[in-house]
Amino acid sequence: MSLSSLLLFAAETGPALPGYTFGGPWILRNAWLLPFIPAMSFLVILFFGKRLPYKGAEIGIASVAAVLALAIISNFAWFDHRDHYEAAEAEDAIGALLNEAESGAALQVLVVDGTAEEIRLATEEPAAGELFAAAEGGDDGHSSEIHPSTAVRAEATWFQSGGKEFKVGTLIDGQAVMMLFVVSFISLLVHVYSTDYVAGDRRYTHYYAFLSLFTASMLLLVISASTIQFITAWELVGVCSFALIGHWWEEKPNSDAALKAFLTNRVGDIGLLVGMIILFFAAGQTFDIVKINTMALNGEIGHNTLLVASLCLMGAVMSKSGQFVLHTWLPDAMAGPTPVSALIHAATMVVAGVYMIARLYGVFYEGLSIKDSSVNPLALVGMITLVFAGLLAFVQDDIKKVLAYSTVSQLGYMVMALGVGAWTAALFHLFTHAFFKAGLFLGAGSVAHSVHSFDMKKDMGGMRKFMPTTYKTFVICTLALVGIFPFAGFWSKDEILVGTGGWGLFGGTGGNGSYTLMLIGGILGASLTGAYMTRVIYLTFFGEFRHVAHDDHGAHDSHDAHDHLPHESGPRITIPLILLSGFALLAGLVNLPPGFITGNLESWQERFLHFYEPVSAAYFPSVAHGTPSYSLAVFSSAIGIAGVAMAYFYYFVLVDRKAKQLGESLTELPNGPTTKVGFLRAGHTLLVEKYYLDHLYTDFIAAGTKGPIARAVYWVNQNVLDATIDAVGRTSVKTGTAVYTHFDQKVVDGAVNVTGLVSSETGGELRKLQTGKIQQYAAYLFAGATVLAGVLIFVI
Amino acid sequence: MENNNEWILSVLTFAPLVGALIIMAIPKGDEVFHKGFALLVSGALLIFGGGFLLTEFDFDRADEMQFTYDTSWISVINSRYIVGIDGMALPLILLTLLVVPLCVIYSWDHFPEPHNPKAFLALILILETGMIGTFVAEDLILFFVFFEVVLLPMFFMIAVWGGEDRRYASLKFFLYTLFGSALMILAFLSLFFLAEDTAGNALRTFDIQALTEWRGANLSRSAGLLIFGGMFMGFGIKVPMFPFHTWLPDAHTQAPTVGSVILAAVLLKLGTYGFIRIAIPILPEAAVEWAPWIGLLAVIGIIYGALGCLAQTDMKRLIAFSSVSHMGFVMLGIATLTTFGINAAVFGMVAHGLITGILFFVAGSIKERYHTLEIKRLGGLLLQAPRMGWILGFATMASLGLPGLAGFWGEFPAILAAYQPANGLSEAVFRTYMVVAAVGTVLAAGYLLWLLQRTAFGEPSEEFAKDPNIHDATKFEYVAWAPMLVLIVVLGVLPNLLFKTSDPAVEKSLHPCLIAEEADLAALDCPAVFGVEVAGG
Repeated sequence: MSLSSLLLFAAETGPALPGYTFGGPWILRNAWLLPFIPAMSFLVILFFGKRLPYKGAEIGIASVAAVLALAIISNFAWFDHRDHYEAAEAEDAIGALLNEAESGAALQVLVVDGTAEEIRLATEEPAAGELFAAAEGGDDGHSSEIHPSTAVRAEATWFQSGGKEFKVGTLIDGQAVMMLFVVSFISLLVHVYSTDYVAGDRRYTHYYAFLSLFTASMLLLVISASTIQFITAWELVGVCSFALIGHWWEEKPNSDAALKAFLTNRVGDIGLLVGMIILFFAAGQTFDIVKINTMALNGEIGHNTLLVASLCLMGAVMSKSGQFVLHTWLPDAMAGPTPVSALIHAATMVVAGVYMIARLYGVFYEGLSIKDSSVNPLALVGMITLVFAGLLAFVQDDIKKVLAYSTVSQLGYMVMALGVGAWTAALFHLFTHAFFKAGLFLGAGSVAHSVHSFDMKKDMGGMRKFMPTTYKTFVICTLALVGIFPFAGFWSKDEILVGTGGWGLFGGTGGNGSYTLMLIGGILGASLTGAYMTRVIYLTFFGEFRHVAHDDHGAHDSHDAHDHLPHESGPRITIPLILLSGFALLAGLVNLPPGFITGNLESWQERFLHFYEPVSAAYFPSVAHGTPSYSLAVFSSAIGIAGVAMAYFYYFVLVDRKAKQLGESLTELPNGPTTKVGFLRAGHTLLVEKYYLDHLYTDFIAAGTKGPIARAVYWVNQNVLDATIDAVGRTSVKTGTAVYTHFDQKVVDGAVNVTGLVSSETGGELRKLQTGKIQQYAAYLFAGATVLAGVLIFVI
Repeated sequence: MENNNEWILSVLTFAPLVGALIIMAIPKGDEVFHKGFALLVSGALLIFGGGFLLTEFDFDRADEMQFTYDTSWISVINSRYIVGIDGMALPLILLTLLVVPLCVIYSWDHFPEPHNPKAFLALILILETGMIGTFVAEDLILFFVFFEVVLLPMFFMIAVWGGEDRRYASLKFFLYTLFGSALMILAFLSLFFLAEDTAGNALRTFDIQALTEWRGANLSRSAGLLIFGGMFMGFGIKVPMFPFHTWLPDAHTQAPTVGSVILAAVLLKLGTYGFIRIAIPILPEAAVEWAPWIGLLAVIGIIYGALGCLAQTDMKRLIAFSSVSHMGFVMLGIATLTTFGINAAVFGMVAHGLITGILFFVAGSIKERYHTLEIKRLGGLLLQAPRMGWILGFATMASLGLPGLAGFWGEFPAILAAYQPANGLSEAVFRTYMVVAAVGTVLAAGYLLWLLQRTAFGEPSEEFAKDPNIHDATKFEYVAWAPMLVLIVVLGVLPNLLFKTSDPAVEKSLHPCLIAEEADLAALDCPAVFGVEVAGG
C-alpha cells in the first residue's frame, strides 16, 4: 500500500444498526451535496468573486438556489421514504435472506465502529412474514420489539486512532430535512435581499463569500452524523458569525461585538467539548450520534454520566442559543448587517443549540429525567430566558435590539419545550419562528435602509405611510410572533404550552410531566411579547415621522442618502418580505391539531409531527404527546391579547392623545410611571443596564483577566522564573571558572578543542564574530555533565 | 531486507550539510548563486526526497522502522549508526523538508542585517541536517549528536542576525538547552550502563529499538525515575515546558524571522519527539509515575502561556508565548500516555509547526513594513495590506483550534484523551486537567482575536496611514506561505492523512499495559505501576 490509501475518503456502506439504514432514496444518501455546493461557492467567490460581473453575488445565489431545490426534493423524498420504508425494508430483508440461502453463508459479521456485531436477522426473525408484521407494527413508532430503519445514513472514515476508525457522515431524518429546507430557504431570501441592502459595500464580495461559507457550515451541522462533526460545524458557523458581525470592522464597536460573540460562545464551548467527550467515552468510544442516543435510552450509560453530560452540553446551548445568562452577545451581534441578523442571529445559527438538544434527545431525556417530572434545568433555563429577555425588549430603542431580545425570548420557548418533553413543539416553533422572525428582521432592515438608522425613537415614526408593503408584512409577522390565531406562531406556541402538561386546569391530558411553572411562564411570555411588539409597531409605523435631517451617517445602511423623505424599498427587499409574511401566515397549518377543522381527515393533521418526529424508538425516546384543548388556547390567546391591549392603550391612546395635545411626535409619556414610582424606576434601570451582566463580563471578568491577572502572571515570569534562570546562569559561570582554574583544566581543555572543531565547520566568517567565551561556557557544562554522569553511574 | 532503500535517510540527512559546505566554497561576490544553490538543495530534497519517502514508505506497516540502515559507528561504546523512520517520524521529517525551502524563498529579498546570505543560508542547511538527523536517528548517541548539532546554527542565527538584545537571547537559548542536554546525555549513559535483560545480562546498547523492546525491565524504580527525569529535563526544556520556557520568548523575539519560523516549526518538536520516541517507549513505568507531573506542567503551561500572551505588547513576543500554551496541549496529549493523546500530540506538532510558522512569517513581514511590532502602534492591516491581513486572520483562526483547520486535531483529541488516560494514571487528576485545558481554549481565542482586532481591524494609525513602505504581500511571501496555508486546510479537512500514518507507530511505541482494555489487562501480567492488582500477590 502507498500514499494513495491515505486519501481514501470514499463512502462506505455497511449494514445498519436499528434506527437507520444505509439504503433509501438517492438524494438522502447523498446529502453531503448540500453543504458541498455552498462550500465550493465560498471558494469560487473568495478567489474569483471580484472579477465576476455581479461581484460574486450571482454565484452565491445560484448555489443557494440549487441547495434549496435539493432541500425541497429531499423533503419529498423523505416523505415518501417515511411512509414506505417498512415495505422497502422488508423487501431488502427478504433479499438478504434469499442471498444467504443461496450462498449458504453463515451469519455475516458486521463491523460497526470497530466493534464486531452480529445482526441476527436470520436466526431470530427467520421468516420474512414475521418481519413484515413487526415492521408494520412499528407504525406508531414506539414499538419496542423491532426498530425499523428510518433515518438514512452514509458515512466515510474521517480519522483513526488506536486502531479505531471514526466516521464522518450524514444522518438524514425528519429533523434534518426540515432544517435543510429552513436554512436554504431563509438563506436564499437573504442572499437576494442583500443584493440591494449591501449594494455598494466595499466588501460586498467578502460578504457573499461568508454567506456561502455560513450556509455550508450550517447545512453541515444539520446533517452531521457524529458529534465531532457536529462540533466542527458548530465552530464554523461561529466563525462565520464572527466575520459577519464584524463585517464593518473599521469601527471598534463592531469588532468588539464580534469578539464578544466569539468569546462568549467559546465559554459555552467548554461545555460542548467536555459534554461530547463524556458521551464519547460513555458510549464506548464513539462519536456516533445514533449510537449515543440508543445507548442512553437503553440504560447502557449511567444516569449520572448522562446528567453531567447534558448539563455540560447545556452550557453550549446557553451560549449558542442565547439562553440566560450567556445571551449577552446576541443583542450586541446586531452590529452586523441586518440580513445577517435575520439569517444567522434569528433563523438559523442561534437555533443550533436547540437543534443539538433535539439531536441528542435521548441523552437529555434520560439525563435530565424529563419524563414524569415537574421541573428540570433545561425547562427552567428556557422559562427564565423567555421571561427575562421579554422584559429587556421593553427598554430598547433600537428596533434590532428589540428583535434580538425577542429572539432570545423565543429561543427560550424552544429550549423550554425541549425541557418539558415537547420535542415536536420545539422544532415546530423553530420552524415557524424562522419565517416570522426573519421577516421582522428584514422588515426592520427595510425601514432602516430608508431612514438610515435603527433608532425607533429618534428616526422613525409614521413609517406606514411611506412604506406600506414593509408595514403590512411587518404587522403580519408581528401577529405571528405574538401568537394570534391563525398566524403561524399561534400554533407552535400553543403546542408548546400544551406540551408542558401542566394544565390540568384546562381539562387537557397528556404531556411528559406536569410542568405547571413552565406553562405559567409561557403564557406570561406571550403577553410580554404582545406588549413589546405593540410598542415597536407604534414607535416605528405610527405617530409622526421624527427623522430630523441629521448629519449622522453612522448607520452603514445609509447609501442613498439623497432622499429626505423615506420611501418604500425595492423589489429585491419587498419580495422576500412578502414571501416570509406568507409563511408567517400559513406555516402553522402544517401541524393542525387533530379534530380541528380537519375533522377526520388524518392526512391533514399533525403533518409536521408525522413526517418530522423520528419514528425509531431505538434512538429517540417515546415522548408522549399532549392533546390540545380549546380552553387553553383561548385562555393563552386572551392573555397574549391582553398584553397587546395594554400596550395599545398606553401608546395608541395615551401617548397619541398627549402627542396631539402637544402637537409633536411622542415616544412615551413625559411623566410616565417609571419616572415617578421608585421601584418601577429601579426596575427600569435594572433593565436598561441589562441586569448588569455586561458589566460583570466585560468590566470584571474580561478586563480582570487581560489586565491584572495577565500582568501579574507576566510579572512572575520576568521577575521570578526568568530572574532565577539569570541568577543560575551567572552563578554557573562563576562556579565554572572556579572549577576550571582549580580542578578540571585537562578535561576542559579537551572539550574546548572539540567545541572548537565543531564551530570551525560553520565557517571562519562566523567565528570572528564570537568572543570565544560561549564555547568555554559550553565546555564547562559538558565537563560538568561528564563528571556528574560518572558519579551517578557509579553511585546508582 | 532487499530493496530497503537504506540510503535515502542518510542522503536526506547529509545532503544539506554537503550543500552548506559547497555554499561556503562559492566565492562571496554574487549572492544569487548562494540563494539559488540553497534553494536548489532544499527544494530538491523536498521534491525528490519528500516525494521518494511518500511513495516508498509502506503506510500499511507504518508501525515498523523503514528505510533502516544499521552499521557500526563508535564501536568502543557500541554506539551504532542506525537510522530509520516509522509513522511517527515521517510527518515531522516532511515538515522539516517543507519548512526549510520555504524559509529560503522567504529570505530571498530580505535578509536581515548584517545581510551575508552566504553564511545565513549555510546555517539554515546545517540546521536541516541536524533536524532531519534527530528525527531519523535510532541510536541514542546519534540522536544526541544531531540534537546538539541543531544548537549551534540557531545560536549563530540569533546572535548574528537577531534583534537588539541578541547577545543575551542567544546565550540564554544556547546555555539553557545545553543544560538540558547535559542531563539528557547523562540519562542516556545511565541507560547504557544499567540496562540488563531479565536474565541479568547487560544490554550495553544505545539502540533505541532494542531499548524499546527492553522497556525498562529489571531497572530499579529509583533509577528509572531518575533517568526519566534526566530525559525530561533535556526534552522538556526544548519543548519548552513551564517553568523552563523563559528562553523561548527571548529567543523568538530576538531571532530573525526565518529563525523564529524554524525554531517554532521544527526545533521545539525535537523535545516532544524525544518524549514519544525515547523517554516513554523505553521507560513506560517511570513514565506512568512522571505523567501526572508532566500533565500538571502542561496545563499550567496552557493557562500560563495564554495569560502571558494577554500581557504582551509586542506581537512577536505574543506569538512566542502562544507557543508555550500550544505546546502545553501537545504535552498534555503526551502525558495521557494513550494512543489518542500521542496521536494528537504528533498532529499538534505538525499543526503548530505550520500555524505558528505562518504567524511568525506574517509578524516578520509586518515588522519589515512598519519597523515595529508594538501592538498598540499597529492597526488597520486589513486596509493597508488586505491579503496579509486575511492571512493573519486565517492563521489566528487556525491557531485557536478552529475545527476544519489543522490546529483542531492537535487540540481536541488531546483534551479528549485526558478524560481517560492510560492505565495506572488517575482519572480524577487528568479530568481536572481536561477541564483546565478546555478553559485554555477560551483564553487562546481571547488573546488571538484580541491580537487580530488590534492589528488588523480598525483604521491605520496616523503615523503609518500614508507610509509608502506598507504594501501587500510580495510574490516571494506568497510562494513561501501558500504551501503552509494549503496544508493547514488539507490536514484540517482530511486528518486521516496524518492520523493513519502515526497511529500504528504510536500504538507500537506504547507499553501494551498502558493501553490495554481493562478486560485484557489480567492476561498481560502487568507490573503494579499500571494500576493492576498482581494476581495472587
